[in-house]
Amino acid sequence: MRYAETGYNLEIDLTVGNIERVETDPELTRLHLGGNGSAARLIWDRVSPETDAFSPDNLLIFSAGLLDGTPIPAANRTMVDTISPQTNMFSNSIFGGYFGPELKHAGYDKIVIRGKAEDLVYLWIHNDKVEIRNASHLKGKGAQETAHAIKEELKDPGIQVAAIGLAGENRLFMASIEHFNAAAARGVGVVMGDKRLKAIAVRGTKDFQVASPEELFKLCLQHYQDIHESPFNGDLMAIEWDDAFHHDNFAWGNARTRRRGYWNKALEDKWKEYTLKIRDRLQGCYNCPKNCHLVVKPPGRQRYILKCFGKGTWHMAAFEELPFTFDILALSQEYGVDNYAAPQTIAFAIELYEAGILTDKELPDFPEKSADRFYYLLEKLVRREGVGDVLANGVYQAARQIGKGAEAYDHNTIKKFEQIPLKLGKVNYPYYLMYCTSDKMAINQTEGSYPQDPIKDLAERKEFADGWMSAPERFKKFFMEWEPRTHPSFEASINICDWNETMHYVDDATGLCAFCSSFRGQFGGGSAYNIYNVPTFIKLATGMDFDADDLWQVARRNRNLVRAINMSRGLKRADEKPPEDHWKKREPENEQRLLDDYYKFKGWTNEGVPTKLTLDKLGLDDVADELIKRGLIKGDEDICYTDQSCYSEGRPKEAEVGFRKAEHFTLTEYNIKNK
Amino acid sequence: MSKPAKKKIIKEIKVDLSKCNGCRACEKACAAFHAIPKYSSFNPARSRIKVVIDERNDQWVPVRASGYTQAECNGRNHYVIDGKEYSECAFCPASCPSRDWFKEPDSGLPLKCDMCEDVPPLTEPMCVQMCGRDCLTYSEREEEVVEEEVTRGEMEMGIESLIKKYGAELVRKGVSRATKR
Repeated sequence: MRYAETGYNLEIDLTVGNIERVETDPELTRLHLGGNGSAARLIWDRVSPETDAFSPDNLLIFSAGLLDGTPIPAANRTMVDTISPQTNMFSNSIFGGYFGPELKHAGYDKIVIRGKAEDLVYLWIHNDKVEIRNASHLKGKGAQETAHAIKEELKDPGIQVAAIGLAGENRLFMASIEHFNAAAARGVGVVMGDKRLKAIAVRGTKDFQVASPEELFKLCLQHYQDIHESPFNGDLMAIEWDDAFHHDNFAWGNARTRRRGYWNKALEDKWKEYTLKIRDRLQGCYNCPKNCHLVVKPPGRQRYILKCFGKGTWHMAAFEELPFTFDILALSQEYGVDNYAAPQTIAFAIELYEAGILTDKELPDFPEKSADRFYYLLEKLVRREGVGDVLANGVYQAARQIGKGAEAYDHNTIKKFEQIPLKLGKVNYPYYLMYCTSDKMAINQTEGSYPQDPIKDLAERKEFADGWMSAPERFKKFFMEWEPRTHPSFEASINICDWNETMHYVDDATGLCAFCSSFRGQFGGGSAYNIYNVPTFIKLATGMDFDADDLWQVARRNRNLVRAINMSRGLKRADEKPPEDHWKKREPENEQRLLDDYYKFKGWTNEGVPTKLTLDKLGLDDVADELIKRGLIKGDEDICYTDQSCYSEGRPKEAEVGFRKAEHFTLTEYNIKNK
Repeated sequence: MSKPAKKKIIKEIKVDLSKCNGCRACEKACAAFHAIPKYSSFNPARSRIKVVIDERNDQWVPVRASGYTQAECNGRNHYVIDGKEYSECAFCPASCPSRDWFKEPDSGLPLKCDMCEDVPPLTEPMCVQMCGRDCLTYSEREEEVVEEEVTRGEMEMGIESLIKKYGAELVRKGVSRATKR
């Protein structure tokens, strides 16, 4: 009997039109749990390092998280994994909404897609009935337009759809896969477009089981209420009116200008008034009480659901105001472009125009106003028209294709991928490590459990640390020792990076939302899920005996597997660096020493490759053998990862499922007090 | 002859449409409570409450299954509320042939909300308990109802005359058919 998972994957070959329902090995669940963990295993096994992202042999995998669809609140994520053509590395992106749970009820944990269809198709999964259908009538349609057209033609409004828009069809590197109120990006939309797969439509009405249904249901009934009342869970950016945090601290334009003091009360009131005028409600994902999405209807546009992270990126890239974002999102989400990479690419092109590198020849009738330029370039981009054809390959590649000094304007990418626009003063050790070494390519997919700043007031800090049940004991010590405006020690920095990334690997295997888990711990230390209570949920759902150390080990295994994929695809230590000007004041020597120590801590060689000792101990012996064969490791390196129990210093094994409670918490107040 | 008034408890779920965020936890809670063994399912397809969603229209309507109808309506009303359009179906609790809501997915038999009647009774139906958002709230009120009492004599007279006409066997079958629907 399989619990929590269905035990079946759907294997689709679009080239020959083959569809198979394949039973999966329960051992893989024990080793990787699910989600991006077992997806990484499939990619390691089946996509050779020589395989190009645009090869039919590249896989595009949609995984429902292990806990998706169970009574566990906020377990609803779908992980999309592939090899990205932008980075030539493993790409992992996640979306919320309702898709993952629906897939589980249709009877599948994963959809594994290989090959390429000849013409545009969509996949229709209705329980045991699976069809590859013609999508020529959907060509050029927007992502939500496609979703609704499919629901209408199949006559079922309960269908869940993940679709690409024009951007994916035209293989933009920043194309997204859009689903209802959520989207996946970072290299997955472009591969879906390359496979000529316009959409996946799922309807599931079947049961799957959990191991201890009554106990789990009762626990979740309470957990749901606790999450609802908790100010430490959900996306604050969606609901707080004061957003000085992003507007005063993040960089505007092409990650260029920090506008300190931009935010003021009059602006806040103006934006609030406008938002309330066009906002119908706040909205959430499957089985989650939080309100992280805005249902809006800007004048002259269709109603749509705004995803949290898009709320600032467009107007900040364009030096415009919030109403501009609301307006352009109505277009960009239908076209299906990522809300980080697309505005940044456009801002990059505008800088090139201002510098005379791009001229009226490449940009005929280029408008004067920044907002108009964004609309102009968005249209060029999604159609790959003129210079849009080059920009569609992302900032890194476009800069090199354009030449004439354009390379100097590519200053905010790592490993060829656009980063969140942030330009800061002094290097920050834990963040340095996260930027350099994360295989998730984005800082918001890496940070999150450890606070960004120490609490200034010592008595308050002590109180925080005492009630910080999500933190292993060593972090409480690091936090208490942290002098404001100084570096944490090397040891602390490495551990912080390690804990932060570990929790993301937990979420991306289980399908838990980062806003109730890995990402939100840093703001208030009271996320609903943590390394200590997730095992209880896993145990009740799957029947597998699991504790915090076991969970950490799974995350470590998944992390090392992704690492092995990337290293075998040519990732080098030299690539592991932050964006050039991310910090003004750098410490090159300390940074390199820090990297040495972190690699050693992770059980990697000085080049950042997992050693045989590390991989063997994780049960990845075959991966080690392959890395030896490829000459990436010798096999006799005497380096193994540092193992620290979550139950050190008398920490009891019996974990409380509850989490830190408070009446009130806002990011604004927290930052004013402690930044 | 006037009949004496009786007190009857009317159970009500108030649905505040402005508070629904579309999480569908009510559907899972319903499916769990009505599963046999209890809590053994969490499949929204088995739920007797359904959140009708059309996000383009800002339509989020938790609707509770009531009766079974043999035929679909011969027309539809469209309601416009504050500029948003709602089909009559969005509010309609019927298990009807025009859609596959409120039908047991395995058998196709209609599902009907029973307000979670149980021994001992729940303080509130499970969907309401789950909805921490207060979109669903529960209340009970007493109503005085004058019920038409069916006297045994009258019913028996009717049945006796049917039996006289058709015979007991046919009447038995007829009653059985009529009550099955």
